[in-house]
Amino acid sequence: MVKIILVVAEHRDGALRQVTYEAIQAATLSSAENDQLHVAVIGHQLESLTEPLSSIDAEKVYLIDHPDLQQYNPEAYAAALKQVIDASNPDGIILGHTAIGRDLAPMISAKIDAGQISDVTNIENIDDQVVFTRPIYAGKAFEKKIFRSSPWVVTIRPNNISIAEPSDGKAEVENIDYAKPASLRTVIQNVVRNTSGKVDLSEAKIVVSGGRGVKSADGFKPLQELADVLGGAVGASRGACDADYCDYSLQIGQTGKVVTPEVYIACGISGAIQHVAGMSQSKIIVAINKDSEAPIFKIADYGIVGDLFEVVPLLTEEFKKVLG
Amino acid sequence: MDIYVVMKQTFDTEEKIIFEDGKVSEDGVQYVINPYDEYAVEEAIQKKDELGGSVYVIAVGPDRTSEALRTTLAMGADEAVLISDERIGSDENTISKVLASYLGSKKFDLILGGYFSVDNGAGQVAIRLAQLLDIPHVGSITKLDISDGKANADRDAEGDLEQVEVTLPAVFTAQQGLNEPRYPSLPGIMKAKRKPLKQLNLDDLDIEETELSPKTARTALSLPPQKEAGQFIKGETAEQVKELVEKLRYDEKVL
Repeated sequence: MVKIILVVAEHRDGALRQVTYEAIQAATLSSAENDQLHVAVIGHQLESLTEPLSSIDAEKVYLIDHPDLQQYNPEAYAAALKQVIDASNPDGIILGHTAIGRDLAPMISAKIDAGQISDVTNIENIDDQVVFTRPIYAGKAFEKKIFRSSPWVVTIRPNNISIAEPSDGKAEVENIDYAKPASLRTVIQNVVRNTSGKVDLSEAKIVVSGGRGVKSADGFKPLQELADVLGGAVGASRGACDADYCDYSLQIGQTGKVVTPEVYIACGISGAIQHVAGMSQSKIIVAINKDSEAPIFKIADYGIVGDLFEVVPLLTEEFKKVLG
Repeated sequence: MDIYVVMKQTFDTEEKIIFEDGKVSEDGVQYVINPYDEYAVEEAIQKKDELGGSVYVIAVGPDRTSEALRTTLAMGADEAVLISDERIGSDENTISKVLASYLGSKKFDLILGGYFSVDNGAGQVAIRLAQLLDIPHVGSITKLDISDGKANADRDAEGDLEQVEVTLPAVFTAQQGLNEPRYPSLPGIMKAKRKPLKQLNLDDLDIEETELSPKTARTALSLPPQKEAGQFIKGETAEQVKELVEKLRYDEKVL
């Protein structure tokens, strides 16, 4: 039987987010040869997405474009997505494990009475069964899970599933008129875009992270400069957040975010278990710390024992030189 | 105000994970209130202090969970309920249905929970619960104001801030930064001993056994590949930096 996998696309500033391409790959990994890919796009003024959407090898793209969907509103988005689900009739639904996906997926799962596997980092086909791997205890361990019923819902962790090659799209685009729910109890009054123009921490390829050793909010400046040169994002340990050197939204660890960048540069971070849980799956870990006995060096690929306030600015200069 | 908190007891975040007989070993483990749920408990108590009313904490979990519930009573919650039954399992869908079945017969204005649990980390139960009760929710909040039957909440969306207004009753999930959870005081601990802590099982709830069949199953458990300690880069700072940049660019080809 032909199955349908529906990917819920995410877009930002008129472009599809990287996690959407990863979700499309996740759909391929969780389907058999003749299964169909459908894509749902919810928002407003979606014209700029026509081109990126046309390079997706989907059977169908559903667009719901309405001024009320300009900003993410849980109730409005869930209602819109339910309309797409009714039209698409999918066996599986895949979203990113992002601010929107983490919020929207459980709503939809409850609405359609589906099982959900959250924060998936790997998908494989074992004996004709699709098996999803996800971290537990923030990555101190991993579990493999399967679904016992259909339809199912999955959210995938950004940066873990390699993206699909672009192809010649042949998707038929279908516009669906947004049917506004009769009672909308949620109003988004304002959105403050703190992250505008910045690299998202969970999608960043490079993360420069600071701990208590950064000593003050100002101490994060050299880290930000290094991150800027490398096109990366700044993160922090719980110690730095608790000491008010930075905002909690930067916290990496078992409380906070889990990141898996290509390069993680830990500056003045001792390496408490709860922090390591949030970053130990990074591809390359660099640690800079005054204390040669700091536990962070036990998991670092490269360690520099030294003062971060000397090392980090020199690193920034050196990268500026070699990266032009 | 009738304020409910849905809570889970978790491993302390400093615990290492060890497997025994194909399961995560619970030997000698320190348990805590899930850190995100602790913000929810604190917020519930603050709202009660501000607006009057009662705080009820509910958990689904094994018997040991009563210890965490007792702590919430010591913090200032009024009543606690533990729903403990081996038939419930650990599927998020099932747990949310059990909670909805309990709460369905109650009158509530606010339901608070953590943004996610630091053990399972799925972040589904509170939001599913809101859907099952047909009330709105705001996830990952860092600020909550209540007035005139409405709530204004700040939602942290990957660093962006969304200011959201919802009508009550509603569910909120607590993000770091919402408040600073209190430590139970000695008088609080003494008082908690006399506060009601009820234990229920499925037979006390109006829920069909068929609704409890899990929709997902775990097939395997593994530890992540152990990261080996790498190398220290030695020398003067300028040399160290040069060498590191070269290694990242030419050996690892990551930059």
